[in-house]
Amino acid sequence: MANSLWHEFKKGLWQDIPPFRLVLGTCPALAVTNSVINGIAMGLATLFVLLCANISVSIIRKIVPAQVRIAAYVVIIALYVTVADMFLAAMFPPISKALGPYVPLIVVNCIILGRAEAFAQKNPIMPSIMDALGIGIGFTMSLAVMGLIREIFGFGSILDIKILGDWFEPWIVMILPAGAFFVFGFLVALVNYLSRKKAETVCH
Amino acid sequence: MKLILIFISASLVNNFVLTYFLGICPFLGVSNKTENALNMGLATTFVMTLTAAVTWPIYTYILVKFNVPFLEYVAFIIAIAALVQLVEMYIRKSSPAIYRAMGIYLPLITTNCAVLGLALFMVLRDYNYIESIIFGFGTGAGFTLAMLMMSGIREELEFADVPRVFQGISITLIIAGMMALAFMGFAGLIRG
Repeated sequence: MANSLWHEFKKGLWQDIPPFRLVLGTCPALAVTNSVINGIAMGLATLFVLLCANISVSIIRKIVPAQVRIAAYVVIIALYVTVADMFLAAMFPPISKALGPYVPLIVVNCIILGRAEAFAQKNPIMPSIMDALGIGIGFTMSLAVMGLIREIFGFGSILDIKILGDWFEPWIVMILPAGAFFVFGFLVALVNYLSRKKAETVCH
Repeated sequence: MKLILIFISASLVNNFVLTYFLGICPFLGVSNKTENALNMGLATTFVMTLTAAVTWPIYTYILVKFNVPFLEYVAFIIAIAALVQLVEMYIRKSSPAIYRAMGIYLPLITTNCAVLGLALFMVLRDYNYIESIIFGFGTGAGFTLAMLMMSGIREELEFADVPRVFQGISITLIIAGMMALAFMGFAGLIRG
């Protein structure tokens, strides 16, 4: 039992890591990763909503009729997103401002509906919690890595601390939308490359 | 004049897909064939225009009037889901031919973040009713344009020799990055 729980947790960290392996939730991954802190904040907000939604869906999975389940899940998700949005606005106004409409857009983040549909509605609470934690932490890490790359090249800093000297000419394109697409594209290729290499070594 | 500006801004300068990253899922998923891309684009444009027409009165006359604007996310998503369902039922009854072409795409539109994003931006920018509808239509037109361009490129790409690790999503994203660079050229059209 403990072993399978660990497996549910672990799969979100590499095997199904969103958004690179599980290509879901790409909109926030591209939109808010112009700095590390924005990426982490977005990842944590998504983790919170995903966890609460998975727990709720798992609890009500036997009482909701199949025909209206999607509508029910969407309303549940919208509720938790409202909570997350108001919390961010009250406690961390600058971050809330930087993320802007992308916090409410967690409602239609396909990761959350996807996990509710593919996992939580078929499984008891404990595995659902582990699944949400794994996928949520994997997502947060991915966003942090993308934010890191774009912040280093775009501003020459990490977490607003300048690490590259005055000689460094910032690559403006990295902060612009085009940079987001490029970084994401190359990271997907990198993840493909690494996982194929791993599969090959296992075979030999 | 302002309406034309809103239309150009929504469709070209601030293209939802290429500058706000909204609607990336269908953009990556359904853009492999031109015909599918066109149908998806048209269906989305239709729903977006209707969404703007429906959510604006809901926000202005219900949420603001009863002082519960914090319910906007719940209210909007229910309105969009209901709208998509109604449109689907209506098209199925009235014109089976269009339903066969658009049918499978309609349910997907509910979870297209561009549609909810449209309603949120509309509220943030304080558009009036006519402006909102033009904004919705312009956004849909921009989405269709981006889908069509991407599908055209991807059809050509089938014959190209792409390195194995870059195949699929990866190369599509890199092309989207180049398209985003090209669309930056439109930025000079509008100030602010």
